[in-house]
Amino acid sequence: MISIWYFIGISLAVNGALILGAGIYQLVVPPANPGIVLYQLHANVWWGALLLVIGLAYCIRFAPSRRA
Amino acid sequence: MMPALAMLLVERLVRLSTIDAVIVIFYFGLVLAIGFYLKGQANTSEDFFMAGREMTAWVAGLSFLSANLGALELMGWAGSAYQYGILATHWYWIGAIPAMLFLALVMMPFYYISKTHSVPGYLKLRFGESSRALSAVSFAFMTVLMSGVNMFAMAKVMQIVLGWDINFSIWVSSVTVAIYVALGGLKSAIFNEVLQFFLIWAGALLIPILGLYEAGGWTNLKAQITHNASNEYVHLWSTLGSYNNPMGIHWTGIVFGLGAIISFGYWTTDFLVVQRILAAKDIRSAEMAPIIGAGFKMMVPLIVILPGLLGLALLPDKLVPESVAAVTGQHSYNDVLPLMLARYCGPGLLGLGITALIAGFMSGMAGNVSAFTTVWTYDIYRALIRKDAADSHYVSMGRWTTVIGVLVSVGTAYLVMRAASIMDYVQALFSFFIAPLFGTVILGMLWKRASGAGGFWGLLCGTLSSIGMWAWVKADPSALRYVALSPHAKTMAQDMYQALWSFIVCVVVTVAVSLMTKPKSDAELKGLVYGLTEVPSVGDVPFYQKPLFWASVVVTVFVVLNIIFW
Repeated sequence: MISIWYFIGISLAVNGALILGAGIYQLVVPPANPGIVLYQLHANVWWGALLLVIGLAYCIRFAPSRRA
Repeated sequence: MMPALAMLLVERLVRLSTIDAVIVIFYFGLVLAIGFYLKGQANTSEDFFMAGREMTAWVAGLSFLSANLGALELMGWAGSAYQYGILATHWYWIGAIPAMLFLALVMMPFYYISKTHSVPGYLKLRFGESSRALSAVSFAFMTVLMSGVNMFAMAKVMQIVLGWDINFSIWVSSVTVAIYVALGGLKSAIFNEVLQFFLIWAGALLIPILGLYEAGGWTNLKAQITHNASNEYVHLWSTLGSYNNPMGIHWTGIVFGLGAIISFGYWTTDFLVVQRILAAKDIRSAEMAPIIGAGFKMMVPLIVILPGLLGLALLPDKLVPESVAAVTGQHSYNDVLPLMLARYCGPGLLGLGITALIAGFMSGMAGNVSAFTTVWTYDIYRALIRKDAADSHYVSMGRWTTVIGVLVSVGTAYLVMRAASIMDYVQALFSFFIAPLFGTVILGMLWKRASGAGGFWGLLCGTLSSIGMWAWVKADPSALRYVALSPHAKTMAQDMYQALWSFIVCVVVTVAVSLMTKPKSDAELKGLVYGLTEVPSVGDVPFYQKPLFWASVVVTVFVVLNIIFW
């Protein structure tokens, strides 16, 4: 049986990758009007990266192949 | 923006980018995939209704907390923090932690070793069929109505925040929930609740981090709140010596009404949350699960109360009550969480934050529906309508009840849409049963002399007294001074004292009737009552794996936090 933690890993990794991608895109092509406070901290870059790392760690640790 | 979604959008608080929409759609795809994956593992009634009783302490504990962590809860209490200040934290600390630990250490062994499928099922074993029927019918009826009310509230929030059409929100969320719960049963609901727990933290934790950075730390935040509102908004206990505080409530109401009755009633007898613990794989997991839930519950104010306080300090425009917002077009208190989300979250992060809210709504709905399905099938259909069908018949009944429960919820949502006042009545009705039910269950567990007749009449009279007090204040608002013991009491105080009095009525009637009627024999009460039951050991494990050790850790942190924010 696939562990719930594996599904959570997939969710965090995919969301992290999407958020990190959006953040990097904004770094490369800065918006004229970011529309948010503290834009200069680029939260979507480091928060996306953090989620991606945690998600991948869960995916590897709880991969169905490791449990078989 | 995707064309199909763009067509449904009107005015909105935030605007989703394509990447945000992809994140939301990915969430819907994942929960449906989990439902389809688990379909093959929900073939027996034990699998479908009790998740096979194989959940670990972590899964059961996070699910137990998550079932309560709906988006209405998040947005509502963030709004309350903006309105009342840090006093709203009481609903997360004294209004939850002692009760969760009590459930773990005192009540869980009885629920677990009786092998009951539900709280009404325990009442059947302890007091007899009449008590079960009373609590099962009221719970099933109210749960499905509450689900509809929440569904409508969710659709309304999605309309305000995202501009989504109300019909679109209702049908997309309800059909998704119906599919994954009908396919995978309680296990599917639990898995999705754990997923939701992670999404909520991933989506909401940035707000306090960035908010505290912007405010310049906690000390500066308190100074700003004192400047914008008053010093009373940042103290947890020191203003409760009188009713002259933002919430208009005395410490006795918080301690005895909220801390001792309402929270114990909710966390120990509301089957919506208790069902998750009953799915634990062994007694140690069943005891550890509420303790794990309590540990995380203490941290929830970080993503709920703190954003409300940050809004009070940092938002340029003043938020107003819902009634004023409807007239003036300003933002209401309840908008504070989405406003803070929009303040800090750019593309991607906004999608994750909105996904967290949607996940909260859907998980709450799934919790209601799975609890309703179990109580209907076990405590009403099998007990009163068809006793001796095959196991597969009850599984089939569970799947169909899930679909029917969702459809009734949708019907209730549309009913509320036509007459908004129904929402207040349904929410009030739900609260009528909680406090008396706690009185009945706790007397049943701790006092062997409590008789079947005592349990039934105590539950009935306690519930009727609660309804009576509510109707009295509804008909004559000045009666609140008698119910809440002060002419200065505000609406919040009514719930606390109403619960306290109805609990006392339940206990007094149960004791009086029990003393006049014949109790069950000791042999019949074995495994159900303290003193006649050998509580099973959690096993020969090191001290740091024992529930009592972790409960002590939670209590210590709980006390320290209350002192820090006194």
